[in-house]
Amino acid sequence: MNFITIDKKDWAPGIDKSRKTFRVYGPVEDENGCQIKPLAPDMQPKMDAAVTVMSAKSVLFPQTEKILTATLDESKDDHHVMKPVKTDDMPRVVLGIRPYDAKAVHLVKLNFDNPDYKDPYWCAAYDATTLVGLGVTRPGPCDFSTSVGCGPFSEEGLDVLMADMDDKYIAKLLTKKGEKWAAACGFDTSADPKESQVLFDVLKKEAEKQIQADVTTDKLAQKTILDLYDAPFWDEVAFSCINCGTCTYVCPTCWCFDIQDETRHNTAVRFRNWDSCMSPLFTYHASGHNPRGTKVHRVRQRFMHKLKYFLDKYEQGIMCVGCGRCVASCPVNIDIREVCNRMNDYETTK
Amino acid sequence: MENPYLPYPVRIDDIEVATEDKSLKTFTFVFVNPEDEEKFAYKAGQFAELSIPGVGEIPIGIASSPVEKGFVKFTVFRTGVVTTHLHNMKKGDIMGIRGPLGNWYPWDKLENKNVVIIGGGFAFTTLRSSIVYMLDPANRKKFKNIDVVYGARSPGMLLYREELFDWEKRDDINMHITVDGTDDPDWKYHTGFVPQVVEDNAPVADEDTYAIVCGPPIMIKFTQPALTKLGYQPHQIIMSLENRMKCGIGMCGRCNIGKELVCKDGPVFTLEEINQTPKEY
Repeated sequence: MNFITIDKKDWAPGIDKSRKTFRVYGPVEDENGCQIKPLAPDMQPKMDAAVTVMSAKSVLFPQTEKILTATLDESKDDHHVMKPVKTDDMPRVVLGIRPYDAKAVHLVKLNFDNPDYKDPYWCAAYDATTLVGLGVTRPGPCDFSTSVGCGPFSEEGLDVLMADMDDKYIAKLLTKKGEKWAAACGFDTSADPKESQVLFDVLKKEAEKQIQADVTTDKLAQKTILDLYDAPFWDEVAFSCINCGTCTYVCPTCWCFDIQDETRHNTAVRFRNWDSCMSPLFTYHASGHNPRGTKVHRVRQRFMHKLKYFLDKYEQGIMCVGCGRCVASCPVNIDIREVCNRMNDYETTK
Repeated sequence: MENPYLPYPVRIDDIEVATEDKSLKTFTFVFVNPEDEEKFAYKAGQFAELSIPGVGEIPIGIASSPVEKGFVKFTVFRTGVVTTHLHNMKKGDIMGIRGPLGNWYPWDKLENKNVVIIGGGFAFTTLRSSIVYMLDPANRKKFKNIDVVYGARSPGMLLYREELFDWEKRDDINMHITVDGTDDPDWKYHTGFVPQVVEDNAPVADEDTYAIVCGPPIMIKFTQPALTKLGYQPHQIIMSLENRMKCGIGMCGRCNIGKELVCKDGPVFTLEEINQTPKEY
């Protein structure tokens, strides 16, 4: 594997150089906390930021996105015929993405890029995106990524993994995309692969030691969906929930969306917007019937989807990367770590 | 890359009021680009998204049959924003159809079997598609006995009335048409609810008999015990579900029952399969 050294005084000039090729995203501090955003030409990513409030999912899956458009002007030959909006193929790089957010991209890919259908908008964005991760050396109090097959130095989904060495970064180039990005920045000082790997291993071990959470998922697969669905604890789990949807909003693996049409003058536009299983409207039939009509239904759906349905459907682990954002953001302290352990430990008495 | 959100443009070729209360209309569409008809090749039991630019999309079962060429047909109940808009559209208007979507009734498995079709109200659309498919001269010999139990509130609320009465006269299909009630003294078919008519008229199950059930939840709820009484096992009861949908291709995440997505893994499931999932439909 290819390791390079990036002197920190070369970092900003290198990033500036890459802007000819890439639209650059990175952590930015604003009044709403730290967010991954597209960087203006004079901006540099805030690489030493703690966890970003939101994940990087919007780089590939914007909160609102035009997908189709049509003219309603009946004097035109193609009136009322929907046309796809051109997909955004501009190469982009996300700097300083946390390893768990990159793993989340890998999980979300299972939904948007599958053998039956490919979502052209997400796939185009995915192909155009390079993920340059920064290993987490001081995991936050809610981080439980090591419990769910991820971790502070996980490489899954990343194109580059960097380690912060005070005056320099050591970067492990994991994919062709990552190599292209390094070349575009002019970062080409190679580092000793053996030494670098040892260093990464040490940093990884130290970071992992700091994660206290003990979440177990080992017995989820052997339970039946109906046993877990009918478990007696859902009322209690959902009791304090106010269905605000913050958990789904901040979650890097929540991909549910809504499709809505809008008309302005003679132009019709079809949009795809983030949606949330916490909303009663999410499943509300036109007849008035709602199959998930109570908040207990909806809270259970969120946890069952992440920790059981996804697991059974794809057999690639649970749909959670342990970033802890939902734990930190929940206004009523619902904690996925506790719910996961409850589900894992649950033995039906039937 | 194929764009699964892009509908085929279609023109409304005909609009027929389907029921006496005018709440249902049957729309016949023809493809603006004739080559799209081939791409839209479907099987009885599938659905499609009817797509009105600037208004929205609705998932509706395909009422025409794969053996009917040159058009596709949908019968739509006026209930929400898109269906109300559609009911106000006129012949010649252009809109879109996206699909076909979902799975279909298990036609391979049903070959050389007795098929009992049980429908209620306006959930008869994909069942009509199925009956027309099975009665097609090229297909009829693939199936053994065909029984149909179809009920509506009143004679005027039965869909596809002329076809029903034509089928009633044939000897290769046993029709059991019923209405909840009627004051028509000339009504010569059944009166009573579907579950009772099923219990009294549907064939007793053997291992070569399958029932396809499609109707309002209340009808389904009371038809199940009737079928059980007649000896039908859960794997012999085939049902079509509906849930709120947006994408229709298994991505948007709302129509799931457990890990099954009604839009992609369904809408057709056996009762045996449904018994393994939460009842979130």
